[in-house]
Amino acid sequence: MTTADTETRELQEFRREVADWLAANKPEDPGFLLPQSFMEVGSEQVLDFLREWQYKLWSAGYLGMAWPREYGGGGRPAVYQTIADAEMRKARVPICFNTIGLGWAGPLIIDIGSEEEKARYLKGILSAEDIWCQGFSEPDHGSDLGSAQTRAVRDGDDYLVNGTKIWTTLGNFAKYMILLARTDPNAERRYDGLSYFLAPMTVPGIETRPIQKITGEYGFTETFFTDARIPAACRMGEEGQGWKIAMRTLQYERGAEAGAAGGIAIIPISTQDLLAMAADQQRDGQPVLQDPSSRDQLVQLMIEEKAIRLSDARADIPALCTDYPFSLPLSNKLRTSEWSRRMRQYAVSLQGNAGSRYVGDARAIEGGFWQRAYLNNFSVTIGGGTSQIQANIVGEHILGLPKS
Amino acid sequence: MSNSFLNNLGLEFNDEQAMLLESAQQFCADIRSSGVVRDCLLAEQPYPGEVWQQMVELGWSGVSIAEEFGGSGLGIGSLVPVLEACGKVMLSSPLASTALAAHLLTRCGSKQQKKSYLPRLASGEAACLALLDNHDWGAEEIVTQLIKADDQWRLHGSKPLVMDAPLARLLFVLAQHNGEARFVILERSQLDDGQFAPDTLIDQTKRSASLEFTGTDVSTAQIISHSELAGVLQELHLLGALFTAAEATGSAAFTLDTTVEYLKTRKQFGRLIGSFQALKHPVVDILNDLNHCRSLLYHAATLCNQQSLNNDAEVACRMAKALASDTLVNAADRAVQFHGAMGFTYECDAQLAIRRAQWSQAMFGDAAHHRKRLAALLLDARHEA
Ligand SMILES: Cc1cc2nc3c(=O)[nH]c(=O)nc-3n(C[C@H](O)[C@H](O)[C@H](O)COP(=O)(O)OP(=O)(O)OC[C@H]3O[C@@H](n4cnc5c(N)ncnc54)[C@H](O)[C@@H]3O)c2cc1C
Repeated sequence: MTTADTETRELQEFRREVADWLAANKPEDPGFLLPQSFMEVGSEQVLDFLREWQYKLWSAGYLGMAWPREYGGGGRPAVYQTIADAEMRKARVPICFNTIGLGWAGPLIIDIGSEEEKARYLKGILSAEDIWCQGFSEPDHGSDLGSAQTRAVRDGDDYLVNGTKIWTTLGNFAKYMILLARTDPNAERRYDGLSYFLAPMTVPGIETRPIQKITGEYGFTETFFTDARIPAACRMGEEGQGWKIAMRTLQYERGAEAGAAGGIAIIPISTQDLLAMAADQQRDGQPVLQDPSSRDQLVQLMIEEKAIRLSDARADIPALCTDYPFSLPLSNKLRTSEWSRRMRQYAVSLQGNAGSRYVGDARAIEGGFWQRAYLNNFSVTIGGGTSQIQANIVGEHILGLPKS
Repeated sequence: MSNSFLNNLGLEFNDEQAMLLESAQQFCADIRSSGVVRDCLLAEQPYPGEVWQQMVELGWSGVSIAEEFGGSGLGIGSLVPVLEACGKVMLSSPLASTALAAHLLTRCGSKQQKKSYLPRLASGEAACLALLDNHDWGAEEIVTQLIKADDQWRLHGSKPLVMDAPLARLLFVLAQHNGEARFVILERSQLDDGQFAPDTLIDQTKRSASLEFTGTDVSTAQIISHSELAGVLQELHLLGALFTAAEATGSAAFTLDTTVEYLKTRKQFGRLIGSFQALKHPVVDILNDLNHCRSLLYHAATLCNQQSLNNDAEVACRMAKALASDTLVNAADRAVQFHGAMGFTYECDAQLAIRRAQWSQAMFGDAAHHRKRLAALLLDARHEA
């Protein structure tokens, strides 16, 4: 028996163990609407439910499995978390909502943070005791993040922060924020005037105002800073390195850099779900799955889905990525979010007249799941860099085309 | 309900295949700089003959032929990266046709037929497959007949657009005898010039001919008859689609590179035209399509290296061809447009691309043809399972 065999057996056993645990511990339907993603947590009720779930998952050892043991992680190879995540998706358990900590701030702190930062922040991220948010976007500066104007002025051991951030997911629940602010308005390059903070949200002078979203709930806030005192010790890196660290954060956010603690951040929806819904729909008095034009549309979506999944797998085999070697993750992220948007809108259209109902209508197909899923999908084609910006990045960095 | 096709993410690439790919990329780089493809566009002779000889010397004609018959016994999917590399420099050759003929012999040939013909294919005698009786890849009926009269087998019928016929020494002709599929192995010398009409193709790197077989005598030893022939015929269609997809994917990469190069050098309004998003974003779309084509392609190649083609392999081949056809058609269409009037010239390489795209989409079934069959495989199976 080779080692590979033993490992495989060990992993198989682990897979079974997770599946059993999930089957026994999957929470009951709480009777209120659960979010499809971490960007849809709009009430205390939902928050408490998800917090308890994440805590349970972490306590059982299925979250942060590859993070260092001394900071609350499992210290195991990443493959264990990959397996646990796959089983979570399969079992359709609720999401792990503390994504900005689990997926972005956490890996960032592990990779470039100080010992002190690791000791202070990591465990609370995993246990869901400390919720994190991200303060990058501003009302006047979204895609053009490098022009962010929120000011941080050094004042003794603190910085005095003034300005407004917006679209702050989980802003009204968060204890910490990864904050991008301008420390030097006179820097020659505007990027060089920015600094990065692991900022407490609890100090006086920070106020959040929930914003109602297209879906109806309140998942993000506008966040106002008025002479908020952020200790200088909370600055990450040197003054002027904010842009570099923010770009690194986006690498985690866009999945181009590994290290996330795990858990499901966004409920995956596949064409298999679409087919299950479509099987009951009619067109011209016939089942939709027998309608030639619908069939062709469905197959196109399925081809694209298969190509997306294969491309993820191919990215791990360098010999099969010799052309534009770095293009695959970027290009696939763009494709995945856009495909998903089209697929979900198509699902609404397949419902015929019933497609006009929405969440809250007892007769809406699957409780309005697809309508909500379609609207929610714009969070991935806009948030974290819009599809148009992603296309610019691929065109300029991968194909070497001149800047727009 | 089965969704194994979705979860089957098989992608394998072994050392032998890696070596093959490397030599193919090296070879094709030389081809590109030699300009031989352009030289042959309007030439009388079919394909650069010495180039085919070099391909044979590299062992490509025998890649999937068993070692006992002079080949190297790799899976037939191993040819996919080679054909992709050729597509990327717009190099045409009888490689795919010859490999399909070898597959037919391997699966359905008699012992004697394997012994007589496979070594000839491995050593570089080109072959072609005469499959269609008309222009419809979806037609199931075989019109050309194999008739026995007065103790003599004879062919009756004709085949249009037989790819690679002008270079082929051996022709594998699909016919029916009393409604059952047969292949007839003809020597080129059995056809006289009157039976052989070269076609003028939109893709000038390709060569084909329309053939008249009526009255051609055939010996029993030349007839391939096998209980699994109908299934293998289906495999030939799928592998043909896969090989065409491989070449089309390579050609889409050629097209993308050609366009990107122009976008980085041509200036208007004082700016490089690649800075205009109206051009930049569609080109990024093409790259994204191309990435998907490659993923589907290598997956299909992996599955086709297994012994007989299963359901998942069929799904994979059809997906690869459907996407590669659409991708190349779009990439080439945009390549012409994004070159302005330069793109309208014979000199511009965009012409190679757009002509290849029209040829390639038709070959072994266009995108809609394959999606229709995928619908049956992916949507109807759900109810039966
Ligand atoms: C659900 C959701 C959650 C979010 N959560 C957070 C969060 O937690 N923290 C945070 O900091 N931010 C968050 N965001 C904000 C997000 O990062 C920004 O919305 C995004 O960067 C785009 O900025 P904008 O909204 O200002 O759009 P704009 O930049 O104003 O863009 C408007 C339109 O112009 C296009 N455009 C802009 N520039 C170009 C260009 N150069 N070329 C071509 N097209 C261009 C865009 O693609 C878009 O279509 C969230 C957004 C959403 C939707």
